[in-house]
Amino acid sequence: MSLAPLHMAGERIMLCPLGVALWPARSTMIAADLHLEKGSHFAGRGRLVPPYDTRATLEALQRALRRHAPRRVILLGDSFHDASGAARLCAEDAALLARLMTGRELVWVLGNHDPIAPAGLPGSAVEEWLEGPLAFRHIASPTLARHGVGELSGHYHPKASVATRAGQVTRPCFLGDGRRLVLPALGAYAGGLEARDAAFAPLFPRGARAFLLGQERLHSLPVMPQRGVVSA
Amino acid sequence: MVDLPDAFQHWFAARGWQPRAHQLHMVAEAAAGRSALLIAPTGGGKTLAGFLPSLIELHATPREGLHTLYVSPLKALAVDIARNLMAPIEEMGLPIRVETRTGDTPANRRARQREAPPHILLTTPESLVLLLSLPEAKHLFAGLRAVVVDEAHALAGTKRGDQLALGLARLSVLAPAARRVGLSATVNHPEALRAWLSSTARPGDVALVRAAAGAAPRLGVQLPAGRLPWGGHMGLASAPEIMERITAARVTIVFVNTRAQAELIFAALWKLNEAALPIALHHGSLTVEQRRRVEAAMAEGKLRAVVATSSLDLGIDWGDVDQVIQVGAPKGVARLLQRVGRANHRMDEASSAWLVPANRFEVIECAAALESVAAEELDGEPPRPGGLDVLAQHVLAMACHAPFHPDALYAEVTRAAPYAELSRRDFDDVLRFVEDGGYSLRSYDRFRRLFRDAEGMVHVRGPLVARQLRLNLGTIVEAPLMKVKLRGGPVLGEVEEWFLSTLAPGNAFLFAGQVLRFERIAGVTAEVTRGGEGDPRVPAYAGSRMPLSTHLASRVRAILARPGAWDRLPESVREWLRLQQLKSALPRADGLLVETFPRGGKWFLVAYCFEGRLAHQTLGMLATKRMERLGWGPLGYVATDYVIAIWSAFEPANPAALFVEDLLGEELEEWIAESSMLRRTFRNIATIAGLLDKQLPGIEKSRRQMTMNSDLIYDVLRRHEPDHILLRATRAEAAFGLTDVHRLGSLLSRAKGRVQHMRLDRVSPLAVPALIEIGREWVAGGAEDALLAEAAALVAEATDGAEMFEGQLPEAPEERPAPPRRNRFIRSAPRGKVVR
Repeated sequence: MSLAPLHMAGERIMLCPLGVALWPARSTMIAADLHLEKGSHFAGRGRLVPPYDTRATLEALQRALRRHAPRRVILLGDSFHDASGAARLCAEDAALLARLMTGRELVWVLGNHDPIAPAGLPGSAVEEWLEGPLAFRHIASPTLARHGVGELSGHYHPKASVATRAGQVTRPCFLGDGRRLVLPALGAYAGGLEARDAAFAPLFPRGARAFLLGQERLHSLPVMPQRGVVSA
Repeated sequence: MVDLPDAFQHWFAARGWQPRAHQLHMVAEAAAGRSALLIAPTGGGKTLAGFLPSLIELHATPREGLHTLYVSPLKALAVDIARNLMAPIEEMGLPIRVETRTGDTPANRRARQREAPPHILLTTPESLVLLLSLPEAKHLFAGLRAVVVDEAHALAGTKRGDQLALGLARLSVLAPAARRVGLSATVNHPEALRAWLSSTARPGDVALVRAAAGAAPRLGVQLPAGRLPWGGHMGLASAPEIMERITAARVTIVFVNTRAQAELIFAALWKLNEAALPIALHHGSLTVEQRRRVEAAMAEGKLRAVVATSSLDLGIDWGDVDQVIQVGAPKGVARLLQRVGRANHRMDEASSAWLVPANRFEVIECAAALESVAAEELDGEPPRPGGLDVLAQHVLAMACHAPFHPDALYAEVTRAAPYAELSRRDFDDVLRFVEDGGYSLRSYDRFRRLFRDAEGMVHVRGPLVARQLRLNLGTIVEAPLMKVKLRGGPVLGEVEEWFLSTLAPGNAFLFAGQVLRFERIAGVTAEVTRGGEGDPRVPAYAGSRMPLSTHLASRVRAILARPGAWDRLPESVREWLRLQQLKSALPRADGLLVETFPRGGKWFLVAYCFEGRLAHQTLGMLATKRMERLGWGPLGYVATDYVIAIWSAFEPANPAALFVEDLLGEELEEWIAESSMLRRTFRNIATIAGLLDKQLPGIEKSRRQMTMNSDLIYDVLRRHEPDHILLRATRAEAAFGLTDVHRLGSLLSRAKGRVQHMRLDRVSPLAVPALIEIGREWVAGGAEDALLAEAAALVAEATDGAEMFEGQLPEAPEERPAPPRRNRFIRSAPRGKVVR
């Protein structure tokens, strides 16, 4: 499996086809939008979707952790689908999460779905995390403070569609330029927002590069978010 | 035979009519209290035959309360029948009130109908289930004497038919005395239809009444004046001939096979329409208002022609239509006759129809269809078992109606023919699914929708559950659609969302009979303007093409194999077949012809299977996988209704090794599970079963965000609980419809030991049409990643790796962007670095 390097604010960030980013210089792995317990959230509203999403998402996280063995993990918000999600976590899943984070530092950046720190789980919770020239937040800030600052964020669940000979292929993707990186959602039940969507236009006024998640590698394509295009 | 009461005899006489034999027969069966299925051609007074017994009963013993329930697949039909029934009722002064009840009926009228029901209620399967889910259904239907199911052939064997069969089973519990009446066009499986109608699932309990056959239709084949096209399905080459026929007739319906074809043929006709004859367009993606306008104009005789898809296969009678033109091969004989019957609704006069084949193979298919009509042989697959998703919806609806005991409900549903073979295990799994999702990980106990009391009766848990059921009722699941709206003008119709997602602003596409320029997407509508440059694209709709029927396929094979039968084919087709005979061989009626030949540095393998496009697509995937294992280096394949063509890097030395029965093993399972067709099937099943909310058109974006992507659910469920009831239902459905695996099975057993391999040095005449399709519909063997890499490399090559959009936009001002469009609330937690 090959990683793709991306240089932001003088730092080298590696993008992994498993859907996580790495900051090797600080032995840090970054993931976004786990949306744990989304299934049970729906079940509470009468839609009894399969309850296995939390386990599936934690397993995806586990694969990435095994592969990269980082000392620190930063989760970029919406780690739980709602504020009481952490309380619904079943004992096995809570234990798995604790086991995964043993010996690592865990930072929960808070998101709009999970605005309060998850109770009873390891790690510290922050509104945003600033380190060196990089900022880690849930929603990309509309204006970056100054040149030479980079930002990693989640929230939008970017995905991109590519026309191939055999029709359209859609995959979750990283979306970035030299200053910003928006991570794909890692959650098993997290949908996606098209990279062409107008929501990305203010973030990438000169266009961005999409890195579509593939089996063994990333597939990179330039994209231009369009004002007026709101994907469904 | 029975005598009609005087009032009825006078009424017939006053109109100069004679009661037809089958009408009297239906009255006799009803008098004996028997259920009956009437099979009659269009124009045979079928509807009156269905209602006559009820009118006579109500005339003899006037009473209050609901007496007869009429169920039709079309709302419009229910409304039309109501109008037609009023004539005899008013003219004879019968004390009978007739009302309709459909999704369009206003709430106050619906409430009144529950208070004071009419004698005869006309409705649709969906509205009936809605009624049955109400607690008061018990009283409403207690005195019911008859249920009339119109167009029964169009319902049985579909999910709507499954739902109606279950609804009828419940009606029989509420009103045991009610007899059932089915009205049907001619069908291939009358026994299966009788069973479907029966209250015991046994055909013998329903009398079969057949009307005398009408005059045989006059059918002809219309070829284009120029060269007969080798490939393509649209039939555009014949537009001048179609236009001539329209000009020569009074009123014509031009039937086509897909909505895309409807748009193209309509555009082609208007290019030739120098006399500006009123020609309209009718297909399922246009707005309801627009379709109603076209239908009304047709009924008033204001139109000379309408180009239509199956949206007009059923519907109210238009007396004036004197010609039907079928463009493209008919694909099935039953459907062809249904369409031909739309011309001339008087059964004693022959209807006239023209078949317009789009390519050479279709010429043969049309000849096969004519043979079949002449021999009065129909096609149509025997009915498949009822869908478990429909059963899940029904179980919930019945729980909303009244508490039930599982044993009693199981006994009830197995009296509906589609569920006669339902195992108790499947029933219990469906029930458990409705209760709490039915997952082996029991984490949803507190979210149950049903609960059981001490006596084992099942109750619904709360009003929210019933409300959700009623919002999502029905078995018709649309693909996600978006409205197409003219800027500053009306909504033109709906197009599948994914098609719009492939358009860039400024792109032109053909829709609603005009060339439109895509401007932008605003909320749930796509804004367009008139005009647009470049070659317009045509919206395609997933799964809209019907595959060649098994019956027609075997007739096509028989014609090909027997040069003596060619005299009915045009000379150019005969010449083509003779050339094939000379250069290669003709496909035999039994066995399987396989050709291999080199071309352009690749090897081609063409197999003449004639099992329909869906089966061929499945076969293509399986065969290419097998070729990979054999080291032949398969590169791609194309599937048509008639053949499959595979190209590879190396010579397929022994093609017989591909067509073996063990092909349908593990590889098939694996592929089916991965295929996008299965995902679509799962989405429909999950929606009908009540796992997901229906995507109702016009619902705000914010609510749609609450729905979840079914693909994600599918992936998670498949990995963690592959034997879940919804996945079993999905696999069962795919095996019948989408992948046509059963047809593959019969092909492989036919080919066993009878593969005729022709090793040629160049393409054969018969293979040309398939090779023309290459590039038009390439079907990948699941190699999505390879395709992605290829597309990315292509873009990189074209742009020299440069950022394509650099400098295309002026420097964006540092404006404050609008808040994200997605409906996510802004957090309110206090700011500050470390919260804890």
